[in-house]
Amino acid sequence: MYSFDYARAKNAKDAAKLLAKKEAKVVAGGMTLLPTMKQRLAKPSLLVDLAASKDLKGIKKAAKALTIGAMTTHAEVAHSSVVKGACAALAALAEGIGDPQVRNRGTIGGSIANNDPAADYPAACLALGATIVTTQRKIPADKFFKGMFETALKRNELVTAIQFPMAEKAAYIKFPNPASRYAIVGVFVAKFKDEVRVAVTGAGPGVFRVPAWEEALAKKWSADAIAAGAVKAADMNSDIHATAEYRAHLCAVMAKRAVAAAK
Amino acid sequence: MDGSLIGSPVRRKEDQRFLTGRGNYTDDINRPGQAYAYIIRSPHGHAKIKKIDASAAAKTKGVIAVFTGDDMKVGSLPCGWQVKSTDGSPMKEPPHPPIAQGKVRHVGDQVCVVIAETYAIARDAAEKVKIDYQPLPAVVDMRRALESKSLVHDDVPKNLCYDWTIGDAKAVNDAFAKAHKVAKIELINNRLIANAMEPRAAIGDYDRSNGDYTLYTTSQNPHVIRLLMGAFVLQIPESKLRVVAPDVGGGFGSKIYHYAEEAIVTWAAGKLARPVKWTAERSESFMSDAHGRDHITHAKVAMDKDGRFLALMVDTMANMGAYLSTFAPCIPTYLHGTLLAGNYATPAIYTNVKAVFTNTVPVDAYRGAGRPECTYLLERLVDVAAREMKLDRAEIRRRNFIHADDFPYQTPVALKYDSGDYHTLMDKAIRLSGWDDFEKRRAEAKKRGKLRGIGISTYIEACGIAPSAVVGSLGARAGLYECANVRVHPTGSVTVFTGTHSHGQGHETTFAQLVAERLGLTVEQVDVVHGDTAKIPFGMGTYGSRSLAVGGVAIAKALDKIIAKGKKIAAHLLEASESDIEFRNGAFTVAGTDKKKMLGEVSLAAYVPHNYPIDKLEPGLEETAFFDPLNFSYPAGCHVCEVEIDPDTGVTKIVNFTAVDDFGRVLNPMIVDGQVHGGIAQGIGQALLETCVYDDNGQLVTGSLMDYCMPRADDLPSFKTGTHNVPARDNPLGVKGCGEVGAIGSPPAVIGAVIDALSPLGVTHMEMPATPLRVWQAINGTKHRKAAE
Repeated sequence: MYSFDYARAKNAKDAAKLLAKKEAKVVAGGMTLLPTMKQRLAKPSLLVDLAASKDLKGIKKAAKALTIGAMTTHAEVAHSSVVKGACAALAALAEGIGDPQVRNRGTIGGSIANNDPAADYPAACLALGATIVTTQRKIPADKFFKGMFETALKRNELVTAIQFPMAEKAAYIKFPNPASRYAIVGVFVAKFKDEVRVAVTGAGPGVFRVPAWEEALAKKWSADAIAAGAVKAADMNSDIHATAEYRAHLCAVMAKRAVAAAK
Repeated sequence: MDGSLIGSPVRRKEDQRFLTGRGNYTDDINRPGQAYAYIIRSPHGHAKIKKIDASAAAKTKGVIAVFTGDDMKVGSLPCGWQVKSTDGSPMKEPPHPPIAQGKVRHVGDQVCVVIAETYAIARDAAEKVKIDYQPLPAVVDMRRALESKSLVHDDVPKNLCYDWTIGDAKAVNDAFAKAHKVAKIELINNRLIANAMEPRAAIGDYDRSNGDYTLYTTSQNPHVIRLLMGAFVLQIPESKLRVVAPDVGGGFGSKIYHYAEEAIVTWAAGKLARPVKWTAERSESFMSDAHGRDHITHAKVAMDKDGRFLALMVDTMANMGAYLSTFAPCIPTYLHGTLLAGNYATPAIYTNVKAVFTNTVPVDAYRGAGRPECTYLLERLVDVAAREMKLDRAEIRRRNFIHADDFPYQTPVALKYDSGDYHTLMDKAIRLSGWDDFEKRRAEAKKRGKLRGIGISTYIEACGIAPSAVVGSLGARAGLYECANVRVHPTGSVTVFTGTHSHGQGHETTFAQLVAERLGLTVEQVDVVHGDTAKIPFGMGTYGSRSLAVGGVAIAKALDKIIAKGKKIAAHLLEASESDIEFRNGAFTVAGTDKKKMLGEVSLAAYVPHNYPIDKLEPGLEETAFFDPLNFSYPAGCHVCEVEIDPDTGVTKIVNFTAVDDFGRVLNPMIVDGQVHGGIAQGIGQALLETCVYDDNGQLVTGSLMDYCMPRADDLPSFKTGTHNVPARDNPLGVKGCGEVGAIGSPPAVIGAVIDALSPLGVTHMEMPATPLRVWQAINGTKHRKAAE
């Protein structure tokens, strides 16, 4: 790790101000940033810590949406009775991220701002049609995730909260990498009154939706509606743990299981 | 108290400090004025070092020194075992410099060391060292190494270290000529990385007042390191070199060897007259700790019409990596080739082993060392033989086992098994595992859409390493006895100094039980000291499941001497004849009377010899013993594994695992069970999860725990364990080793179960690890099913 300065932001506004410094970087839970810094792959001059920014924390349920503050940890989401009541699939997803240490430190805002192609939360945001609230604007999930580790966030723009619309049914099923436990394939399905959304993480260069399955499921909400072949091996990642063909196959298997598990 | 401690599950004394974070590991030690070393390692699999410019780094504030191979011209890291090729020529033994001399031969090879006031300064300064490499084609695939134009060492043609054979080729060929059937297999024993919880660390210290060196290091055998580094690398006499291996957080073999970093910090401490500390980061462990396994084997067995084995022929290629690690050459030969009889009365055996150099991390012993590789190929081959003969897998084993009344049994490949009862072991495992009604469970699983399979393996291993004369005749350059010193203090408490080393095995408890039992003390009254050449007379360390079988006997022999001397003292105090003195439950008594002296009274008399036979006897009560066994110890067992495979994903779940083992006499069944559990976990890791992958350039693809998959609790079932203990005939305590058997016996049982589960689909072969990807590919026939075809 290279040496760096450290500042603790009082709130989101304060953080934005601190981030004006050259080479400054914001740290939420630090579950990706700190290992990257230890490997000397990141060299921030200043770390702006959001841990004390109380305005970024918390879980609120309104009539139409569940709002989760960006600095809410995975463990808080996983154990929240509000989340469990509003969207059990989201709580279950949070419970399946990393290990207890990661869940106690890692945050939802950090996860989606990092947009790791094998992270779990992007699938939930995309499938549930979430709105990403930032210090500057509101961004629909469909426009937020831009491919591998890229998002629509501008420099010094911070995620402050995520608003999730209520689905009638939803589920997330993950096939974890046996070593890292990141998603080799993770599929989030969400059934709304007038549409179905399916998002896949881990399989490709970034989280993506599968329109063919969404249409088929909108017509018939059943695991049988998932047809193999809608996800093409040519679009998949390939590594020592899973070939592109295997990933494409797993997408369909996980999607079917998600539909069957959705409630 | 007699008999109450031996065989009793005494709680581990050492756990108090480990579980409360009070263990004292090498990295916990800090010496006054200590500097920190960072080692720059090769990013290339194979390259010439054209130029190193360390001037900017050396000028950095806080940097004390930068050393390259040009600065550190010392002896080569030695190899402790010489294997000879069939033609009588000695193995090729190219130099292994602690810091690369002009060429790097694997990713992670040491190139330069930066020493600074803090570790952070050393690391920062290391980035300023400019190294100009000329990359060379890397030799990675063993199968291509023999024909490769690229040579890992210029003076080792074909990259061949040795070409070794054992057995009677003619007898084997004759048997194959008249065989009723021949079963064949080709398989890979996957390369593993030990990943001990504690990464390696070393501190070199130098005392300017007297020229004494001290090395603190994460070692399983400090005396061996003192010998190798002192005599061969740095030319420091034993009297001037102390090696301390304090608490060590797991070794699994990877901390047996003498590593470059130990020599670097010791040498640098002398140069700088300051203590120098180095601690590996996890990623350094991946690229610098010796790896394990990595064999490719073709094997075939000839059978008569009843499925009895007539002969066995095995050809193996063994990867040595880029340099010969301390014991590397003996693993595929004397710990592998000589075990090929397994549990079977096969009359003729012949094996050839070709050891090759590649541009990969050196490969050496890893829990089981040669015996897992041997057991895996044998047991997989026996399964193929059963299929060829249309025999039940247990039945073909039963027909070929060495009978219990045939011990001692001389195998055709040098070893002489002293004891065992393989039929009973397997019968017990079959009962405990429910082998006979498995098909019911398979049918039930099928209804749930799961493929269920069962696998069985039996094993024999040679451990308690070992008779010095035998290993010496086989190429060992050291003896393999053990040493113990028992010191009875004036008031009767006892310290035991053992040459073995505990890094997870619980010696502080087991050895205390042994001593407490003999001397009539409590376990708390006995302290066990290990891991310091300044305290312990001598020792060969812990590996090859040898600590109790060899080190324990040395302790017992020292106790014999203590008791013999105690009787003389007691006879004097009790005014009786020495021959009338009996020792039992801590008391010396005159036979047939109630006259007695407790051990504490006798020891006090020994140290305060006012009333003492001083004309005939030295004061003090302390004895040293060395023990060199006459034979290895031969634990054996039978493992049964049951799996369920999800055909949609290829995920294999172990649903039952049964192990029945023969450990001879057991001192602490809880610790033995723990060793069995840990070993099985590692065996399951090898079978289902772990593998080390290099790309064609010699880059380590599985260089972190993000890609190298270690077994975790949720990968494992609850194990069913049992024993059928037959006391060892050739061991004075009757004990057999238990540390490695889990890793030896389990992999073939797991893979056997996977193949059995997939057999309705026509699958007959599976390589390790049976990852979900591999299983899915086998189910879908997208890959060649059998490497041999």
